[in-house]
Amino acid sequence: MATLESTMAGSPEKTADGRPAVEVAHLRKAYGSLVAVDDVSFTVTEGEIFGILGPNGAGKTTAVECAIGLRRPDAGTIRLLGLDPHAGRDQVREIVGVQLQSGALPAKLRVGEILEEYRSFYRDPADVGELLDVLGLAAKRGDYYRSLSGGQRQRLSVALALIGQPRVAVLDEMTTGLDPQARRDTWELIEHIRDRGVTIVLVTHFMEEAERLCDRVALIDHGRVVALDTPARLAAQARGGKSVRFLPSDSFDDRLLTGLPEVSRVEREGQHVVVTGTGELVNAVILALYAAGVTARDVQLDSSNLEDAFVKLTGKNLNKEGAQA
Amino acid sequence: MSSLSPSLSLALPPPRTPRAAAFGQVVLNEARLVRRQPTNMIGSIGLPVVLMIIFGELPSFHQPLPGYGGLILFDTYVPIIMVLGLTMLTLLGLPGPLVSYRELGILRRLSTTPVPPSWLLAAQVVVQLCIALAGLAIVNTASVVAFGAPVPKSAGGLALSCLLAIGGLFALGLLIAALAPTANSVNAIGRLALIPLMFFAGLWLPRAIMPAVLQDISNYTPLGAAVEAIQDSVQTGFPPAAPLLVLAGYTLVFAFLARRFFRWE
Repeated sequence: MATLESTMAGSPEKTADGRPAVEVAHLRKAYGSLVAVDDVSFTVTEGEIFGILGPNGAGKTTAVECAIGLRRPDAGTIRLLGLDPHAGRDQVREIVGVQLQSGALPAKLRVGEILEEYRSFYRDPADVGELLDVLGLAAKRGDYYRSLSGGQRQRLSVALALIGQPRVAVLDEMTTGLDPQARRDTWELIEHIRDRGVTIVLVTHFMEEAERLCDRVALIDHGRVVALDTPARLAAQARGGKSVRFLPSDSFDDRLLTGLPEVSRVEREGQHVVVTGTGELVNAVILALYAAGVTARDVQLDSSNLEDAFVKLTGKNLNKEGAQA
Repeated sequence: MSSLSPSLSLALPPPRTPRAAAFGQVVLNEARLVRRQPTNMIGSIGLPVVLMIIFGELPSFHQPLPGYGGLILFDTYVPIIMVLGLTMLTLLGLPGPLVSYRELGILRRLSTTPVPPSWLLAAQVVVQLCIALAGLAIVNTASVVAFGAPVPKSAGGLALSCLLAIGGLFALGLLIAALAPTANSVNAIGRLALIPLMFFAGLWLPRAIMPAVLQDISNYTPLGAAVEAIQDSVQTGFPPAAPLLVLAGYTLVFAFLARRFFRWE
């Protein structure tokens, strides 16, 4: 568990500035009686990596497929760089690159042949050689698709999403099935692409991925957005703030601390005291104790992460296999 | 009043239909796949050629058929063999790749790009059409040159008959692609449909010596009509309207149904 402060420091705030790249408002989609997406709204700002996080079957993929115009929503409005994905279909296809979950390619085509084909679809495509270099597939250019490993296939799939030099890239479960090293390589690649100015929408059920890559995350469960914020703030929210745990040198009255504006709760765990609150919690607590002649020893700052946030907000564990990988 | 984020619209490229070059690339890769997985070419060109050679070498195939004015059995088999090649394409070559592309999510992937998935279907048709025409030309030419079959009386009639036969059969192939849920089921459907289709084409009992009832039925099956039209073009001249209309009708009906039922994902 990282401390709350260090996590917060690493997360730029992206909500306020920049133009919207993806706007989704009151999206709803049902398959028969099954409501897959229920009143989902979010806005992705140009240049950010936006995560859509949730357990399998939460409606993430449906929401994204509606957002890119692959499915027609039952209700709601969607704008991609200001365009309606259906009315502006041709323009949207040119500027939005998509990597769908679990797509394969013909076994007996070579990597280079596949990329050259998809390259020809776009007005201003990327250079095949350069893209293969960036993705670590340069040596595989002449190989058949069927000879590629799972990680290489996944990277080729990402390459196809990027070959048209899109302004927005939508990547659905791009690291599922990859080994930890390939996963970390892919993360670096995504950051590299964002640095080139591409807005990235990342659909994932993998907590560490969202925490590591995303500027902001929408937590989706049962077709609804249960929370939307930076990973660090979501984590803080899960605890109702931050907490400090310490061993007091002497007994004291809880009211000494509960009266402070920063403190929301005081609990005893054996000899230890756990104080939960917001703002300059640690300073406030220690100063108040000092004024009462009590010293705090063995001080531990506690913070929660996105995983805690998810458990708290949805009441379930996101994924065990992802957490271990 | 409609100043809907003008700066953004200006920055976006205007809509554009992808160029013919893109279609060329799609066709090129489909052609590569056919060359690298030659099963379909073996079925639709190799098998007819082998059958033609076998039939051409069998003495019994060169006896005149009694009561058919000098017609020999081999000559009646040339149209049947031509149609057999088309049928292999229809049942396997055309629907197989399309259904597996749907299974693999390739049609879906394409629908996220500027090129619609229908282009892949069109590219398949182009590639398979080339194979079909090559097979027909090889069998027809070789039967005349190597085995002394008659030179077609009506070249125009033969060309029209072949095109309508391709139309009706390719439309059937697309209908199979529309209805078959998996690539494996394409094979199952193909095996099931091949026997009755080829029976009425006369593979086991040439139409010339079929009982009248069977011949009447055969006239209204796609392969029976195709064999009739091709045979007439070769032996008597421009074929009568009936088989051509039957083929045109099948083309329209199968194409309509294929379009109606085709799923892109």
